[in-house]
Amino acid sequence: MAEPTGTIKADVKNLDFHYSSGHHALKDLNMPIAENRVTALIGPSGCGKSTFLRCFNRMHDLYPGNRYEGEILLHPDNVNILSRNVDPIEVRMRISMVFQKPNPFPKSIYENVAYGLRVRGMSKRSQMDEKVEKALQGAALWDEVKDRLSQLATNLSGGQQQRLCIARALATDPEIMLFDEPTSALDPIATAKIEELVLDLRERYTIIIVTHNMQQAARVSDWTAFLYMGNLIEFDETGKIFTNPANKQTEEYITGRFG
Amino acid sequence: MPMHRHFDEELKELKKKLLRLGGMVEEGIVNAIKSLVERDSELAHKTIDADHNINALEVEIDEDCIRLMALHQPAAKDLRLLTTTLKLIDDLERMGDLAVNICERALELNKESTLKPYTDIPRMAVQTQQMVKECLDAFINEDVELAYKVCDEDELIDDLNTQILRELITFMAEDPTTISRAMRVIFVSKNLERIADHAVNISQSVVYMVKGKVIRHTISSHPENQ
Amino acid sequence: MTAEDLKEIRALISRHKLWDYLFATLGLLAMLAGILVLLALFINLFMEGAPRLTTDFFTSFTSRRPERAGILAAWAGTTLVMFVTASVAVPLGVAAAVYLEEYASKNAITALIEINVTNLAGVPSIVYGLLGLSLFVYKMDLGQSILTAGLTLALLILPVVIVATREAIRAIPGSIREAAYALGATKWQMVSDHVLPYSSAGILTGVIIGLSRAIGETAPLIVVGALTFIAFLPQSPISPEFPYVSFAWLKEPFTVMPIQMFNWTSRPEEAFQVNAAAAGVVLLIMTLTMNAVAIYLRYRIRKNIKW
Repeated sequence: MAEPTGTIKADVKNLDFHYSSGHHALKDLNMPIAENRVTALIGPSGCGKSTFLRCFNRMHDLYPGNRYEGEILLHPDNVNILSRNVDPIEVRMRISMVFQKPNPFPKSIYENVAYGLRVRGMSKRSQMDEKVEKALQGAALWDEVKDRLSQLATNLSGGQQQRLCIARALATDPEIMLFDEPTSALDPIATAKIEELVLDLRERYTIIIVTHNMQQAARVSDWTAFLYMGNLIEFDETGKIFTNPANKQTEEYITGRFG
Repeated sequence: MPMHRHFDEELKELKKKLLRLGGMVEEGIVNAIKSLVERDSELAHKTIDADHNINALEVEIDEDCIRLMALHQPAAKDLRLLTTTLKLIDDLERMGDLAVNICERALELNKESTLKPYTDIPRMAVQTQQMVKECLDAFINEDVELAYKVCDEDELIDDLNTQILRELITFMAEDPTTISRAMRVIFVSKNLERIADHAVNISQSVVYMVKGKVIRHTISSHPENQ
Repeated sequence: MTAEDLKEIRALISRHKLWDYLFATLGLLAMLAGILVLLALFINLFMEGAPRLTTDFFTSFTSRRPERAGILAAWAGTTLVMFVTASVAVPLGVAAAVYLEEYASKNAITALIEINVTNLAGVPSIVYGLLGLSLFVYKMDLGQSILTAGLTLALLILPVVIVATREAIRAIPGSIREAAYALGATKWQMVSDHVLPYSSAGILTGVIIGLSRAIGETAPLIVVGALTFIAFLPQSPISPEFPYVSFAWLKEPFTVMPIQMFNWTSRPEEAFQVNAAAAGVVLLIMTLTMNAVAIYLRYRIRKNIKW
């Protein structure tokens, strides 16, 4: 399997994951995450791609009984973010997430984007104004909402809400952005806008995206990982995976012959 | 307002590469005729070597098209653009090969004295070059009118080809020692005529791409003639 | 589908619709029965007591002469006792519910606690009175005072507040919590910035329900020592010298509206019955006003909370 040639942002080493129910969801995963590139995780339902994604920001810690084995080394400081000695809150300060169903807070648009800044202790209004505007512009939402920042976020359309959630995740200058099936709940036009947004963000942010729509992975990612039943079957450049995958299972999945 | 897409950037890059390929092929044709008319054998050798670059670029564009189709699942006009590109580079690559053939004939003819001053061959060459340029312009600009014009211009090429053939047959009949040279000139004319045919093919593909209508294999292509 | 089948289906649908109509009618009658009875009671009470609702009814103390007896001490007492009850029950109840929902680990012990909290809401109120008597009046030596009454009633309505808070917290979808955590919030930040603000409507509802119950409690307050005949008000909470706030009123004896009403109904003179009815009208209006305020506040808050 090919390896990214540029800087590596994170290294997954021998990652195993067990849910509290005993289910062995991830089996010995090894994978580099290229910096400022989009890495997509694809695979059939239940293959572990969302489980894998949530390891990166320690979301599994919120529910007791889950167990990580192995390491995810975050560069440049080479720290294992899965280690018990590393506070999950610290990890979440460095790695942000956008969820499947848009989940803006029932607060104003401004407060939604600013919440991450408040959590980090920022309180000066002028400073926050600047960062909020930058984040909303980065999420291609500024022009649509600049005149109604104090209005309730939940009055926006589904696609706008999701872009707001992306702005919220951008505002804190994350080192890695995690997208968990960000367009599953959206209509085709909103989906296309989000995909273009991801392509805009690529090169400035390291992005890992989970999608059950493999054509989406083909359109937006640089590197693709195919998972099945908790195992990493193939990891390669997206162009290669979709024109000439090395593994027969990958080929069957891509051509829709799975199952 | 249609949304800006990153895919559009990639299509732009693809078109640029195609124009480069077209330019290389045009240059090949020009140099091939030059090496014949000016009896420049060194130019002929250089042109034959340059064909490698044409082939390499053709392969590159081919792979690009496959990749773009696999990764972006294009539909409608975008899909026709990519499938037309695949056809185009085929025709262009053949044109390159035909230019190489002309060079090889030139090398042979340059070893002997000229049969007669070249008048019709250059005329054919100019017209052929124009057709090649126009069919590529038609592709880039999605200009259906221009594409139809190219199809019409083929008539002149066919006429010139017939004229050259008749003239050289007379030569060969009068003086058998001219046969080998005359045959080679006939081959050159034939190659030019084939190049022009490929330009017509390209134009017909352009009409399909723009209109979604197949006009290949029809005798009189212009809609006024239907 | 053939014409025969269609006929059959049509007959079937009309038979089913008959049952539909029948139940709708029965439901309407049942609802009307309940409402009409309540309405009748209110109107009866109002008609009997309304003539007595003059200004001096509100500003006089009780008296042996019915035409001079008023509810001043009673409604002042009710107000002060409710104030103490709310001040104690709300923070305790909300904090307990937040702890149970957000901080406590889910095991057998917490499950047991949760079940028992719900059970406590069903304990007869007089038992709370006995508890208040032995604990607050004697053990802690707080005497038969407003403070004791407030604390006893606070215990009474605590389960209601806890359960209402708990339900309001549970209504917050997990996706909002995850979003807050994903931004790097600690548990307390998530609770104070999100859980509490979004559940405030539900909490308010629970508090009002609890207070509405407490305002009408008579038995536990009698046990704890509410007086039936008071001719003076407790000391004012605002004092003329520093620190301008006095807590002396907490230790004073008191009476409340229901007890005053109870006292009047046990007198032979018919005029006292009218007084009791008038007091009942006042109590009713106080309760309805509290509920109306709660509903309005809830509406205002709910408008902005959408997931």
